[in-house]
Amino acid sequence: MDIAALETRFQARIDADERIEPKDWMPDAYRRALIRQMSQHAHSEIVGMLPEGNWITRAPSLERKAILIAKVQDEGGHGAYLYGATETLGVTREALIGELLTGAAKYSSIFNYPTPTWADVGAIGWLVDGAAIMNQIPLCRCSYGPYARAMVRICKEESFHQRQGFDIMLTLARGTDAQRRMAQESLDRWWWPALMMFGPPDADSKHSAQSMRWKVKRFSNDELRRRFIEFTVPQAEFLGLVVPQGTIDWSEFESVLKGNGPCNRERLEARRRAHDAGRWVREAALAYAAKPRPVRQEATG
Amino acid sequence: MSALSEHEPHVAYVLRLADSNLVLAQRLGEWVGHAPALEEDLALANIALDLLGQARLLLTHAGVLEGKGRDEDALAFLREEREFLNVALVEQPNGDFGDTIARQFLHDAWQVELYGRLAASRDAQLAAIATKALRESTYHLRFSAGWMVRLGDGTDESHRRVEESLGRLWPCTLELCEADDLDRAMLALGIGVDLAAVRAGWDRRVNDTLTEATLTRPADRPWRWFGKRGVHGEHLGRLLAEMQSLHRAHPGAQW
Repeated sequence: MDIAALETRFQARIDADERIEPKDWMPDAYRRALIRQMSQHAHSEIVGMLPEGNWITRAPSLERKAILIAKVQDEGGHGAYLYGATETLGVTREALIGELLTGAAKYSSIFNYPTPTWADVGAIGWLVDGAAIMNQIPLCRCSYGPYARAMVRICKEESFHQRQGFDIMLTLARGTDAQRRMAQESLDRWWWPALMMFGPPDADSKHSAQSMRWKVKRFSNDELRRRFIEFTVPQAEFLGLVVPQGTIDWSEFESVLKGNGPCNRERLEARRRAHDAGRWVREAALAYAAKPRPVRQEATG
Repeated sequence: MSALSEHEPHVAYVLRLADSNLVLAQRLGEWVGHAPALEEDLALANIALDLLGQARLLLTHAGVLEGKGRDEDALAFLREEREFLNVALVEQPNGDFGDTIARQFLHDAWQVELYGRLAASRDAQLAAIATKALRESTYHLRFSAGWMVRLGDGTDESHRRVEESLGRLWPCTLELCEADDLDRAMLALGIGVDLAAVRAGWDRRVNDTLTEATLTRPADRPWRWFGKRGVHGEHLGRLLAEMQSLHRAHPGAQW
């Protein structure tokens, strides 16, 4: 069968809402687009551990500390299974991480913003995870099977995180004047970056049309953004917080995307530092695994 | 001091256990997002969570025994450094991954021996906590002992590094199994454990793993830290300053 016929059959399967699985034939462009999107998603989970991880050692109660460690650990877990799902497309996690560390691969720009106060942990859960869910729920029905299945599990955990974030905001909003101020300032900081998470306006979105045809994407950026606003504004009112007025500054979006956000450099350096500092450990594990040794009866301990 | 002064040694004994868990969980929390590989990141976070969970149960228990209305947060965030009764081993800085693993291994081998015996404590609540915690600590020991072996018997560099880690931490291990008056009093009441027996088990576990890891056990050096009596080195103060900063900045606030 020639390529054109294969492509026609492939699109017919997509149109019939069939799932594409790793061993099925797929156009190179579909494979490349998925590798790009899924690995960006995995990198976002990993880099996303950093801004919230910033507050693990200072969480203001032991219960909040436990919830935060569990949450950041969940993000790492999401990264692990998204890398695994991406590997079904014929790439290795090592190569993907290499692209993150050289800066060749992108991750969500939202994680290039700082978390100066505890309220930012709440705002990230409420707004950033809230926006992520809005983006990701349609992905549970995306045409590529491994991605769709990974997203089912991830979305369940994300909605839990979103509620935990809202609960932090609620506690602050009902707390002391200083806590309420902390919550409002955090909403002011995260509102616009959260809205930018849905990507550029539909007219400027270069990957969207093809993604929609492949049923990797099911709703447009602007449509999802509108839904998020409708969903979130009443929650802010319930908290007694004021949603910032105005319009999105797309020049800020472009600037952060190009590497000029407040923490781009820091985030990437943190990942590189961990990778470099861990090299001798990974080498030791490989060297140990490669050594011949008799089969042991029972593990020590 | 208090009308319940006969309970004070019991409270202090439970706080020793609680604080060692809390401080080590705090140290491990510093790793999250920065470990050598994703799997190790997840594992260290997992161990931190377990230890924090154990600390919370023990702090709550200590607060109840004390009877002054202090909950887990009052005990964690509003005590001074001198009132923390953790063993000095757990307050040592993370250093590199080898330092963290060596610290974890020396601690886990001790904790498994300790909990195995505390499960029979006459303090029923303490026994219940120890029984639950033993399952977790057994898993932690599998992880840390596994890494001791991989690092010790990995490359020349990893062998050298982890052997140095072991030497650095070794002086802090003496107090783990050395009974003082409080330990003896709690043993006599059937609340605490026999540290001589803990030492025998700890020695065996440590020796077995170090042999498998091709590492040399450091010679005992007579420097004795007394973290468990509230006498700490230079590191705990900073750890607590960070941990307690936000809580203390907003007196009386709910979080």
